[in-house]
Amino acid sequence: MAHVEETSAETPAVLAEVAPAHLPRAPMVANNRSFAWISDKICGIAEEKTPVWWWWCFAVACFVASFTVFGITYEVSTGIGVWGHRSPINWGWPIVNFVFWIGIGHAGTLISAILCLLRQKWRTSINRSAEAMTIFAVVCAGIFPVFHVGRVWNAWFLFPIPNSNMIWQNFRSPLEWDVFAVSTYGTVSVLFWYVGMIPDLATLRDRAVIKWRQIFYGVLAMGWRNSSRHWSNYEMAYLILAGIATPLVLSVHTIVSFDFAVSLIPGWHTTIFPPYFVAGAIFSGFGMVLTLILPLRAVYKLDDLVTQYHIDCMCKITLATGSMVGYAYAMEFFIAWYGANPNEGFTFINRAFGPYAWAYWIMISCNVITPQLFWFKKVRQNIPLVWILSIFVNVGMWFERFVIICTSLTRDFLPSSWGYLSPTITDVFTFFGTFGVFSTLFLLFIRFLPIMAIAELKAVTPQADPHAGHDQH
Amino acid sequence: MFETPADVMRAAEKVREAGYKFWDVHSPFPIHGIDRAMGTKRSKVPRISLAGGITGFCTGMAMIWYTDAFAYRLTVGGKPFFSPLFAFPVSYELTILFTAFATIIGMFILNGLPMHYHPVLKYPDIDRATNDLFYIVIESRDPKFNPQATRALLADLGGQAITELEE
Repeated sequence: MAHVEETSAETPAVLAEVAPAHLPRAPMVANNRSFAWISDKICGIAEEKTPVWWWWCFAVACFVASFTVFGITYEVSTGIGVWGHRSPINWGWPIVNFVFWIGIGHAGTLISAILCLLRQKWRTSINRSAEAMTIFAVVCAGIFPVFHVGRVWNAWFLFPIPNSNMIWQNFRSPLEWDVFAVSTYGTVSVLFWYVGMIPDLATLRDRAVIKWRQIFYGVLAMGWRNSSRHWSNYEMAYLILAGIATPLVLSVHTIVSFDFAVSLIPGWHTTIFPPYFVAGAIFSGFGMVLTLILPLRAVYKLDDLVTQYHIDCMCKITLATGSMVGYAYAMEFFIAWYGANPNEGFTFINRAFGPYAWAYWIMISCNVITPQLFWFKKVRQNIPLVWILSIFVNVGMWFERFVIICTSLTRDFLPSSWGYLSPTITDVFTFFGTFGVFSTLFLLFIRFLPIMAIAELKAVTPQADPHAGHDQH
Repeated sequence: MFETPADVMRAAEKVREAGYKFWDVHSPFPIHGIDRAMGTKRSKVPRISLAGGITGFCTGMAMIWYTDAFAYRLTVGGKPFFSPLFAFPVSYELTILFTAFATIIGMFILNGLPMHYHPVLKYPDIDRATNDLFYIVIESRDPKFNPQATRALLADLGGQAITELEE
């Protein structure tokens, strides 16, 4: 606002006749809320008496999580055969689930890191819960490859730990790169989440009246006292973390796609995989962010903090990445034809019209058609509809990984070794249970930690601008 | 104590001009431009981050050379025992990992955290500094510190509820 006046003073000639249009920006925090209101609102969620619905949800989530616990216990005690893996397909549901969950995580890092670098202020009200989502999704993702190694008690051998056999890892394998990519991703996500939370933990500490809360938040807040000299180092550190998390998030799904692309299997051995996987990951992650944020907004009446503007932005990113994914599907077909490799061409025709055609068309309808509805403002403003569409995105992205893994592996070069993968009940239950693991962790997060970045929200309110100051009141 | 960011910003400029060295502004969020008003120098965190990143990249390359080309030479698909190309993804991830740790540890060291005991934290209304008010704290070890003059300066700048904190 101040800038408009300055420019009109400097360039009087034209602007005197044609007054520059005053374009109002949607405020990040609606209804001109005060600093104290934001603190009370967000801290209140963690401070209030545990609501009854929370206990019900928690009980259901724990029950669902027990499916994974039982599934894994059965798998470890009996053997990897309890999963529906058999030649030619040894990368069944566990790897589908791994790629699915790790992709979900990517939206959290995109929101916190890339949108931070691009100075998209709307990220502030959703970044904390999206980062929490990332971490919990990585936890769910990590379960699968670790147990898929078969003898899980040897899983430590994924890491270069000196051992008495003097055997070392084969770093020429993309699977080993993936170990480093995913473990780095998990670690950096936790660090980024925690550093962002320190000032808000200090707020919770100073508000706490019960002893255990003072100690719990006090220890976590590391003695943070909101000093400006500290803020200076803190903001720089946060910016650097955002700067390194950006190449990290792009590299993680790139390396996940290398697990496929570096092999020679038709349908996998393509250079489009890294960008296509990254776009798909962000697409699925935003689907999950919407799935989580919209109920949270309704339950805690956060409409002033997560405004229609925020929902519009998220829908538009879903639309953009969904269109990229659709483009990638089309381009894969084109390259398969243009590349004139008969195996490659067959793989893609087989995807769309072979035994897994049902999965392929679920994928196309969920991932290509669903997001296109977000072109319409009426759709974006219909919150229940947005929520339902976000579920379709999640379903579609699971099927994308299923289609990629199953169609290529069940029908590769030799027709004599073709097969068909049917999951076992253990497969289904173990995957189903991870939603419980995820929900349990997310419910605990809602209950004990600040679900939005309080300090960052205050900084984007109009009254936080030291140059606007009194004029705003 | 000040009520708006604009007030505390003006006051901070005056405190800096009065020549104080050991003083600070406590605000519930980072105020845009306060560093210049206070005369704080650019943060040194990036140097530590860079050192961390270089260490991470070298660690990755050295580790892969040691394991695959020195300690355990295994022929796989006729590929070379060491090449910076296949060593790159892991080194890249380790660069990021080490940078993240260096950045955070650097930030904590430069800020002197964790410090769970500090006079400011004993101030009964500290919860307002983490909520909605803005404070200027001038330390008594400052060479220009004088109980009366400092109090007068802060009162002159529009500060309210001026209090002496005990070490």
